[in-house]
Amino acid sequence: MSTTAPYTTIIGLEVHVQLMTRTKLFCGCSTKFGGAPNTQVCPTCLGLPGSLPVMNRRAFDLALRAALALECTIAPFTKWDRKNYFYPDLPKGYQISQFDLPFSSDGFLEVVDPKGAFEPCRVGIVRVHLEEDAGKSMHDEAAGTGDTRIDLNRAGTPLCEIVTQPDLRSPQDARAWLNELKLLLVYLGVSDCNMQEGSLRVDANVNLHIPQPDGRIAKTPIVEIKNMNSFRSVERALTYEAARQWEDWQATKAEMGKTPKQTRGWDDPAGITRAQRHKEESSDYRYFPEPDLVPVTVSQQQIASIRGEMGEPPVSLRKTLAAKWNIPAYDADVLVNQGRELVDYFEDLATRVGEGKVASNWMQQDVLRILNETNGTVSDFTVRPEGLADLIGRIKKGDFDTSRAREIFAEMVTSGRPVDNVVAGMGIAAVSDDDVISLCRELLAANPKIVADVKSGKEQAAAGLIGQAKKKNANVNPGKVRAVCIDLIRGME
Amino acid sequence: MQPLEMSAVDLVAALRQGDITAVESATVFLDRIEATNGSINAFLAVDREGALARAADIDARRKAGKPVGPLAGLPVALKDVLCTSDMPTTCASKMLEGFRPPYDADVVARLRRADAVFLGKTNMDEFAMGGSNENSAFGPVRNPWDLSRTPGGSSGGSAACVAGDMAPVAIGSDTGGSIRQPAGLCGITGLKPTYGRVSRRGLIAFASSLDQIGPMARSAADCALIMETIAGHDPGDSTSLAVDVPRYTDLLDRPLAGVRIGRVPEHFAAGLDPEVAKGVEEAFAVLMAAGATVHDVQLPHAKYGIPTYYLVAPCEASSNLARYDGAHYGHRCKDLGQRTAGHTGGFESPLVEMYCRSRAEGFGPEVKRRIMLGTYALSAGYYEAYYAKALRVRRLIRQDYLDAFQTVDLIGGPVSATPAFKLGEKTDDPLAMYLVDLYTVGTNLAGVGGISFPCGFTKSGLPIGFQLQAPPLAEPLLLQAADRFQRLTDWHRRRPQAVGVAKT
Repeated sequence: MSTTAPYTTIIGLEVHVQLMTRTKLFCGCSTKFGGAPNTQVCPTCLGLPGSLPVMNRRAFDLALRAALALECTIAPFTKWDRKNYFYPDLPKGYQISQFDLPFSSDGFLEVVDPKGAFEPCRVGIVRVHLEEDAGKSMHDEAAGTGDTRIDLNRAGTPLCEIVTQPDLRSPQDARAWLNELKLLLVYLGVSDCNMQEGSLRVDANVNLHIPQPDGRIAKTPIVEIKNMNSFRSVERALTYEAARQWEDWQATKAEMGKTPKQTRGWDDPAGITRAQRHKEESSDYRYFPEPDLVPVTVSQQQIASIRGEMGEPPVSLRKTLAAKWNIPAYDADVLVNQGRELVDYFEDLATRVGEGKVASNWMQQDVLRILNETNGTVSDFTVRPEGLADLIGRIKKGDFDTSRAREIFAEMVTSGRPVDNVVAGMGIAAVSDDDVISLCRELLAANPKIVADVKSGKEQAAAGLIGQAKKKNANVNPGKVRAVCIDLIRGME
Repeated sequence: MQPLEMSAVDLVAALRQGDITAVESATVFLDRIEATNGSINAFLAVDREGALARAADIDARRKAGKPVGPLAGLPVALKDVLCTSDMPTTCASKMLEGFRPPYDADVVARLRRADAVFLGKTNMDEFAMGGSNENSAFGPVRNPWDLSRTPGGSSGGSAACVAGDMAPVAIGSDTGGSIRQPAGLCGITGLKPTYGRVSRRGLIAFASSLDQIGPMARSAADCALIMETIAGHDPGDSTSLAVDVPRYTDLLDRPLAGVRIGRVPEHFAAGLDPEVAKGVEEAFAVLMAAGATVHDVQLPHAKYGIPTYYLVAPCEASSNLARYDGAHYGHRCKDLGQRTAGHTGGFESPLVEMYCRSRAEGFGPEVKRRIMLGTYALSAGYYEAYYAKALRVRRLIRQDYLDAFQTVDLIGGPVSATPAFKLGEKTDDPLAMYLVDLYTVGTNLAGVGGISFPCGFTKSGLPIGFQLQAPPLAEPLLLQAADRFQRLTDWHRRRPQAVGVAKT
């Protein structure tokens, strides 16, 4: 939101994440993505007559982990409810979800920018609950029949629904917050948050608060936006929608409560939101307690044991890394935001190198750059921390300078070979001190003008010798040549 | 003695001793079904081929000295609400006509492992909704004691096939009295176990929090035998109880001395047929003669049983039956897709048309009535006044039972207010039909167990049923008391003359 906007944008999010369980929430079928349609199904997830659900304890524990990391209060007693509606990808005619007694509520997640680009933003969590996913409907227009094909492989996959308070105030904040949420859930091992595969889905509720001349705040009708398939789309859709609501307000002065909540779909190529049919949001889901499942109780011991296996969340890991390795908050932020594996790589490297900042610089300027360029992941990265530490050690020893080391590093990445091997392959041999001295004597003899300049105090004149030295032997360390030459000239006096 | 006249306990013993083979036994009952089912309509499907093959396999294993199950060779009839992978499972509904489940209900699997021989699937009220079996899409069942009368429901086919000697044992299900009431009207013994005692997996749900599977047979001893096979924890049913199964047959022969039986005075109020009242009072006298004591007890909220039941059960049913939408299996309306694009015949979309027409064609009137009742009661604005209030009353009803069981061990009384009524007598009056469950719904709402067994006959020759209800998991006491009663009386041995007992 620009500081001059005559309104405040109010945003709340509803996030669905698929939990990383091997099997579905209420049956033993695989949750693996990408199987041939209707091959990961059984009587329960097909909703066949007589079939019954049995809760997957692992899914419940993962959801607990997410809720605890979101600082939620965990209910000691929670139950399941049926949400009734007819749709072909919902074979039972109801979804098993949680209505009035979700297993957790009232938490928050904060996102802070280390460079201060935005204010720290704490977003309240209304509730986190667990439910089963529906199947997928594929509208087969190509066949020309208008038939819809149903794939029930996804039906029954465990979903965690995270509902925020309307605490976000800009599309940019919403995107930043979603990034932080995703990072947290991936760190926790709760979800892979892969939006392409649908394991993370976001709906947003947005309206505008517009101060009136009489001091009253006018509120535009809340719009729910669906069909956003990336965080970038979320930001764009919210930006579009806020502007659309502002225009609509100026034209109609329509306020909240006077019209029903509207659902709009984000059309990404067109860059606009479109109204969806009213029918769906006026549905009466006739929630009632699921009689086929027993309520779940959660003890303090269970909570303690879940906490014990949680690992450090990003928010505190950033502080830990900065303090432990004496690196700037910005560095720690960049490293942590890349995920747990990269942090582990960094810590391994820093331990071997012995200097956090040197290791961090290599991570940011070299490792991350190459990963970005190649779209690779750190787990597949050919140079392991010990190889990189070796290279950095050789720089410190003076075997070659940083720019030469970068060339070596690039070759290590592409070839997968260790430092020594690459150095030999590139014809790079360490030049002995005696060789450097005899080379320098040769140069000084051939360049009396430079010798005179240096003697008269212009040490920068020695730079002229370095180019010549490189021509005679490409492997010499320029810094060393310079230092030796100056020493020799001084020794002439 | 001929197999048709034998108790299940005796038949299993005769099979074990080799006095009769499983094939002989199955053949006798299959022939009896063939001869009489035309007049009784107790079976919707008979699996002669499967039963004989199964029986032959059991005989071969027994002959070869290989292990056989505890019920080896015992013919059993299954209510068509139980999923069977080798027979159609229709719930007596057009909606599931020809439907063949890909799996066996837990109860069916247990009986198979015990080497029971399945004769076929029995008729019932559609989706177990009804008390007269007249709601079957495949025609009503007739009571073997009087073919113009109802066998009761919803397990009418299971009750009638046992009463008519077409099976020694049948499996039924009881949501508001569906085992006990037809058992009472057909003069047989039926047990509705404690909720959770028998797995519901593969039982096509009517009302999940009330449904329970149980045995229907000629005697309490036969029910005890079947319970040993079908009861027990099933990890596939979250509501099944993880409690060990007693050896029910070993616990039968115990004296009743000191057993306190409650009698609810309101059970004998206006509306109870005088002949039924007399039979029930005489049953109390028999139990007292056996050493039990009888005490008046109060179930103060029992009068709310019917309204509570007719909210809780339809609410759950409206959701349980949502899956029958024509999309995945079962009946789908035929001429979809023949309409020109854009024309949706008054429906908001072709999908909605398919839903509406498939359900309108597939479900019978009583099922539709209950789906509408339940849908209405769960709707926004009505939930609190109907469903939520019904749940609160249900808790009070359960508490009444638990309080009463502080002072008595069992509660006795009538099963139904009248003997078997004429077919067609109540079909135009749904409310009168709902009242046939008056004495039985409390057991289901409270989640406790109950047993029904014959305690006399009317002057016109119709069976009168007696009901005992017990605290949670007190099936051994229910069976023991009923068995003691049956050692002292012979009502359960009487056979109907209407269709005659074939002498083979």
